[in-house]
Amino acid sequence: MVLRTMGLMGVFLVKAFFYSVIPPLKFYRVLKQIRFIGMQSTLVIFLTGAFSGMVMALQGFYTLNRFGSEAFLGPMVALSLIKELGPVLSGLMVTGRAGSAITAEIGIMRISDQIDAIELMGLNPLRYLVVPNLIAGIIALPLLTAIFDVVGILGGYMVGVKILGVGAGTYFGEMANYVEMKDILEGIYKSLSFGVIITWVCCFQGYYTGVRGHGAEDVSKSTTRAVVLSSVLILVWDYFMTAMLF
Amino acid sequence: MIEIEDLHKSFNGYEVLKGVSLGIEKGEILVLIGRSGYGKSVILKHIAGLMRPDRGRIVVDGKEIGKLSGKALTQLRSRLGFLFQGNALFSSLTVFENVAFPLKEKTRLGNAEIRERVLYELDQVGLSGAEKKYPSQLSGGMQKRAALARELVFEPEIMLFDEPTTGLDPIIGHAILNLIDSLHKRLDFTSIIVTHEIPKVFEIVNKVAMIHEGVILIVGSPEEIISSEDPIVRQFIRGEVEGPISYR
Repeated sequence: MVLRTMGLMGVFLVKAFFYSVIPPLKFYRVLKQIRFIGMQSTLVIFLTGAFSGMVMALQGFYTLNRFGSEAFLGPMVALSLIKELGPVLSGLMVTGRAGSAITAEIGIMRISDQIDAIELMGLNPLRYLVVPNLIAGIIALPLLTAIFDVVGILGGYMVGVKILGVGAGTYFGEMANYVEMKDILEGIYKSLSFGVIITWVCCFQGYYTGVRGHGAEDVSKSTTRAVVLSSVLILVWDYFMTAMLF
Repeated sequence: MIEIEDLHKSFNGYEVLKGVSLGIEKGEILVLIGRSGYGKSVILKHIAGLMRPDRGRIVVDGKEIGKLSGKALTQLRSRLGFLFQGNALFSSLTVFENVAFPLKEKTRLGNAEIRERVLYELDQVGLSGAEKKYPSQLSGGMQKRAALARELVFEPEIMLFDEPTTGLDPIIGHAILNLIDSLHKRLDFTSIIVTHEIPKVFEIVNKVAMIHEGVILIVGSPEEIISSEDPIVRQFIRGEVEGPISYR
């Protein structure tokens, strides 16, 4: 059963990528989903980013202070955010806010025969429901992660520089010395892959709603499964990506 | 036009269809009756190619549905309309957008032509003036008519109706059946109706088939079914609690 589901998920992803590159592309739906996954997630990303940066600065300052290395607060906050916390927390936030909604929407369409209706019109449901989400996820996640990183670094600045007294020049100067392009690229690669994971898992769970149960109950089960599986996969894949990119 | 031969289908080890065989001629309108959960909707979904049989075959115009895929299946489906029990209207679109959806996606018609076609179909089903409403703002009967309008935009040769009157009051239910009758006269589609609207539905159909315990028990004209001596058929048609069919 697990193997069958994995196989189905694999085929689902391959098909989604295939229809992403073969026209016609539903541009309006892609834009709509970029707005939904990306733009409408900015507030939660802003808040999460700000407080993550602030707490990183607070914890980092007292730890570095023991070794007399407060000057490295800037690079520590920046590297932690850019390489790890930015992509991972953005991914988890988007899973909770947008991924769950995508699963519920597609799941409800499945149990109310709307997906069958699309199929009977001679149209491909994957093109309408999955491809726009996949492309939107790939575009939105890196942008959201970039916002998370910038806001987080500014949050760290507020705590480290304005409250704890680290010099502003030291905070940003050391950051410029230690943060390299490959660190930024690592964060971008991770967020791109998380965009795929979230939309793939959430769309799949919604699309196959009704296979294991009935009605509203199965929509709720699919939504829970989508959020849990996406979150776990993000963390597991994050480990492997970090191991590969180091 | 539609031939169902020895159709078998199981779900989770429970065999719902145990060898259904049934034929429908071109232009005929058949009602499929039988107890709830006996696989009537499953038969419709097989004809539409939404389910694959475990055994047996369905042939539409000489083409076996189970063996069609890709363009051939799409082509066949373009000749077919399916009114789902729950209507399957897109809840985020207005009535106009719902009916226009297949035209926008499947044809190269301009906005003016699409508008004309949509308004014509809405008028045919008595929904003029409701085009800006969302499905959730419509009554059950209006939703049914909107879904029917969407199915009619391509003037299908085959129409499948899955419990078109369920959940509607008797007056609206009868109005829907009358609408199906008038549309059948206009478009001359071949049709299968799954419904419990007995005996009203007998007024508009040529043929009645009753499914019982996974097989077709009887096929005949409405008059033959009404006068049938079969105790199962008699009990079902009259809706009697006592008889060979257990209600538990």
